[in-house]
Amino acid sequence: MENTNGKKPPLLEVRNLHTAFKTDKGEVRAVNGVSYVLEEGHSLGIVGESGSGKSVSAYSIMQILDSNGHITEGQILFKGEDITHYSQKQMQEFRGKHCAMIFQDPMTSLNPVYTVGNQITEAIRIHSDKSKEEAKANAIKMLEMVGINDAERRMKQYPHELSGGMRQRVMIAMALVMEPSILIADEPTTALDVTIQAQILELMLDLQKKLNMAIIIVTHDLGVIAQMSDEIVVMYGGRICERGTAEDIFYNPCHEYTKGLLRSIPSTSNMKKKLVPIAGTPINLLNMPKGCAFCSRCDSAMKICLTQVPDELRIDKTHLASCWMNVKNGTYMKEEA
Amino acid sequence: MSSENLIEVKDLQMYFPIRTGFMKTTMLKAVDGVNFSIKPGETLGLVGESGCGKTTVGRTLLRLYKPTGGEIYYDGNLITDKNMLQYRPKMQMVFQDPYSSLDPRMTVEEIIGEPLDVHHLYSNKKERREKILDLMELVGLNAEHATRYVHEFSGGQRQRIGIARALAVEPKFIVCDEAVSALDVSIQAQVINMFEELQEKLGVAYLFIAHDLLVVRHISNRIAVMYLGRVVETADADELSDSPIHPYTQSLLSAVPIPDPKIAKSSKRIILEGDVPSPLKMPSGCAFRTRCRYATEKCAQECPKLTDRGGGHMVACWNK
Repeated sequence: MENTNGKKPPLLEVRNLHTAFKTDKGEVRAVNGVSYVLEEGHSLGIVGESGSGKSVSAYSIMQILDSNGHITEGQILFKGEDITHYSQKQMQEFRGKHCAMIFQDPMTSLNPVYTVGNQITEAIRIHSDKSKEEAKANAIKMLEMVGINDAERRMKQYPHELSGGMRQRVMIAMALVMEPSILIADEPTTALDVTIQAQILELMLDLQKKLNMAIIIVTHDLGVIAQMSDEIVVMYGGRICERGTAEDIFYNPCHEYTKGLLRSIPSTSNMKKKLVPIAGTPINLLNMPKGCAFCSRCDSAMKICLTQVPDELRIDKTHLASCWMNVKNGTYMKEEA
Repeated sequence: MSSENLIEVKDLQMYFPIRTGFMKTTMLKAVDGVNFSIKPGETLGLVGESGCGKTTVGRTLLRLYKPTGGEIYYDGNLITDKNMLQYRPKMQMVFQDPYSSLDPRMTVEEIIGEPLDVHHLYSNKKERREKILDLMELVGLNAEHATRYVHEFSGGQRQRIGIARALAVEPKFIVCDEAVSALDVSIQAQVINMFEELQEKLGVAYLFIAHDLLVVRHISNRIAVMYLGRVVETADADELSDSPIHPYTQSLLSAVPIPDPKIAKSSKRIILEGDVPSPLKMPSGCAFRTRCRYATEKCAQECPKLTDRGGGHMVACWNK
């Protein structure tokens, strides 16, 4: 992406990120050269199936990978500064203050033996020098902001006393106490019912406007992605297939995988028709093909797909796709160091 | 009793005793007066939020639980008190989790062969083997998979094994309890298509239990919506999706994220306040009244019954 000197650098830029895990069966390269840009106040959706590397790419930003995982290559630039070389202490500062994360399962990410109030005030007191009383007042304000009524009483409750939707609200309140500029949401509503999901998504969009924060939402649900994101990154086998605005991806998909994904979900337009599934099964990350990761499941695969990984091709100003099918229509994207 | 319905459920009740204190139990009314029917070769979708009793309906229907009250008919025969062994070959189930519903110590051949053994559906070893291979082909598994164990398969393939096991006895009716929910989208489409193809080929009827409304709409002829143990609305799949009448159905449908950015960002959602009440402390009258925009005094006093609003569109609501 263009990053001309003198211009304000984007809020977050991920450049050619590689993340790998050492396992008994060999090195699993979960993320292989992922790049994207997140602008202030925007929301970016990362969509893909299980094992596509979508969560790992998000965990890499926060550097909360399992102990056998590490970033092997690439840069993560926060306001132009590479954070991959940050020390533990610097990272702790970054997490929470600048970038916060919420997870899929709010029960396992809250501590069951501390009250909600205790956990939120802890987050505040770690990152600021507020007194206990100030922190408490701040926490109550935050709980009210995420739509929890009777916040003062809730402060004294334990996570098991709250419903799933309520817990996710607490998680969001905790993530946002320091008003970070980025919120990473990893499948934030997958464990919730649709009516509660609608509440939480609405809340996130509302808070985004209020706090002018950028959101990275990681999910497999194309419906959630469509509702939440300005820009979308589609991942498969640890690589980006396609990225662009939500409209680019949904109305003009240019990668065979994206096309297949959109054909395979029931939507209002294909109710009476048969779904067109993607044949085969997701790839094994231990045994990555030499060429395009998707080629074994792709109906349009050509000879070149087997041997060569396609570069990112620019379809138009906002839209990029890594598929050999587009070579005629697109021009090569120029890598800028 | 008309026997044009394959399955008929009348006023089904399933209560579970829950210990709520020392020497004290409260009845959890998981299913409280559910009525529906399924014709041969038809798919009835059953939707609702978690805890609404949809899975319990499916399990009670197959008498995996002994119902507290009500009647279940299979092909005109009351089966509520019958020995189920003779009905098992006709009614089967596919479970949500293909990881825990298959025995890890059995090969695929043993898993699919077990129902054949139990119901003595073959005359010799060769026939048994042939039947198993036919079933595997039917669900898209290769013959070489027969000697493998479950852990060697992906989620989608495991679900296929579960389906082959259910089909082994040539049932007329299958309860699919969240059968595609645990699968990735691309695999989900494969399995949905397979369910549809099997229905065309074999004429089985499904009770398709799921929380994904778009999937349910795609696969079902009719849909029933449950809220806290009761059916609140049932209608033809398109009719229900396009013109829902019950306020709960309306908000449930509006909450579904549509995979289309223009529609998703512009559509007006009816956001329900609060959470589903605990089934141990059910509100009086209509269970939905605590979250309903239209609730009146009458809703608190009396529970509305399903009434026909034309063309088989049944709704249980006083105000709509």
